[in-house]
Amino acid sequence: MGKFSKAGGREMPELNTSSLPDLVFAFLFFIMMVTTMREVTLKVQFRAPQATELQKLEKKSLVTFIYVGQPLQELQAKMGSETRIQLNDQFAETSEIQDYIAQEKSSMKEEDQPFMTVSIKADRETRMGIITDIKQALREAYALKISYSAALRME
Amino acid sequence: MAKKGKRKTPPINATSTADIAFMLLIFFLITTSMDTDKGLARRLPPPVPKDQKDNADVDIKKRNLLVVLVNSSNQILCGDQLIDIKQLKDKVKEFVENPYNDAHMPEKVEVDVPYFGKMMVTKNHIISLQNDRGTSYQAYIDVQNELARAYNELRDDVSRKKFGKAFMDLDEEQQKAVQQIYPQKISEAEPKNYGEKK
Repeated sequence: MGKFSKAGGREMPELNTSSLPDLVFAFLFFIMMVTTMREVTLKVQFRAPQATELQKLEKKSLVTFIYVGQPLQELQAKMGSETRIQLNDQFAETSEIQDYIAQEKSSMKEEDQPFMTVSIKADRETRMGIITDIKQALREAYALKISYSAALRME
Repeated sequence: MAKKGKRKTPPINATSTADIAFMLLIFFLITTSMDTDKGLARRLPPPVPKDQKDNADVDIKKRNLLVVLVNSSNQILCGDQLIDIKQLKDKVKEFVENPYNDAHMPEKVEVDVPYFGKMMVTKNHIISLQNDRGTSYQAYIDVQNELARAYNELRDDVSRKKFGKAFMDLDEEQQKAVQQIYPQKISEAEPKNYGEKK
C-alpha cells in the first residue's frame, strides 16, 4: 500500500476513452439502419412456415401485416384456443379486414397506394379455410399484392 | 493576446457522452426488431363482379390447364395423379416447358421476345391451384414454393444459356424478356367449400 502513496510515484496512465462515444454512436446508427420500429405486440403465437424461394419485402412502409394463429398462452383462458386473426393490436374477424385495409390504404400517400403489399403471417398449423377467407376479403378490398411470410428452410 | 502563459479554453468534459449514446443505443435495441420479412410474393386476381358470378368460367383449353389439388390430409393431386411433393416440381417444369411438343401439354405460341427473337412459348398455360379448407398452411406453402421453384429453375436455365448469368443477376430488361418466355401463371381458384371443419 505504501508504494502507491509514495510522493511523486509513477501513476498508471489513464485509458483514453475520448473515442468511445464515437464508437457507440457508429454502432447506434448501424442499429437504426437495419432495424425497424416494432409497431404491434403480438397476441397470437405463430411459427412461420418454411420455404426456399423467398423474396424480400421491399419497402416496409408499404407493408401491412395480418397475423393469424392461436391466441397466446396467457390469453387462451379468455379467448379460447381457436385460430384467430390479429389486425394491429387486437383480435378481429374476417369481416373487419376490408375496413382495416381501406383504412391502412387511406393513410398512405396516393402514389404509393397501388404498391401496397399485405403480408400474411400465419402459423404453419393454420387450416387453409381461414386463409382463404382472408384472401377473399383482400380481393374485395383490392389489396392484390400479397406475400405469404415464411422462413428460409435450411437443407 | 500573446502575453506570457497563454490561456487555453478549458476542454469540455465529454466523459458522459458515452453514457448518453449507450442509453440511446439500448433504447433502440429494445424498441426495434431486426427481422427482415421474407415471403412468397403473389398477386391475387381482382374480385369478380357480383352480378356475373355464374358465367365466370373462362374458356380454357384442356391441354393448357394443370390442376394441382391439395386435400385436407395434405395429399397432392397433380393432373389426375396422386403425387409426392418432391415430384411436383418436375411435373410443373415439364408442363410449362413442354419439351417434346406433346399434344396433351400446353400449346406453343410464337412470340417475339427481345434479345431472343422468335420463340415458341407455352403462353396460354395455366396452373390452377386448389385447396381444401382443411389443408394445413405449411402444406399449401410447400406447394406454392415448389411451383415458384419450378419457374425459377426454368428461368435460370434459359438465362444461363443466353446470358451466362443467373436470372437474379440479369438487368431489368433481360429479366422481362426471360419472364416473357416463362410467364408465371398460377391461378388460385375461387374457393369451393367441400364441407368439413373450418
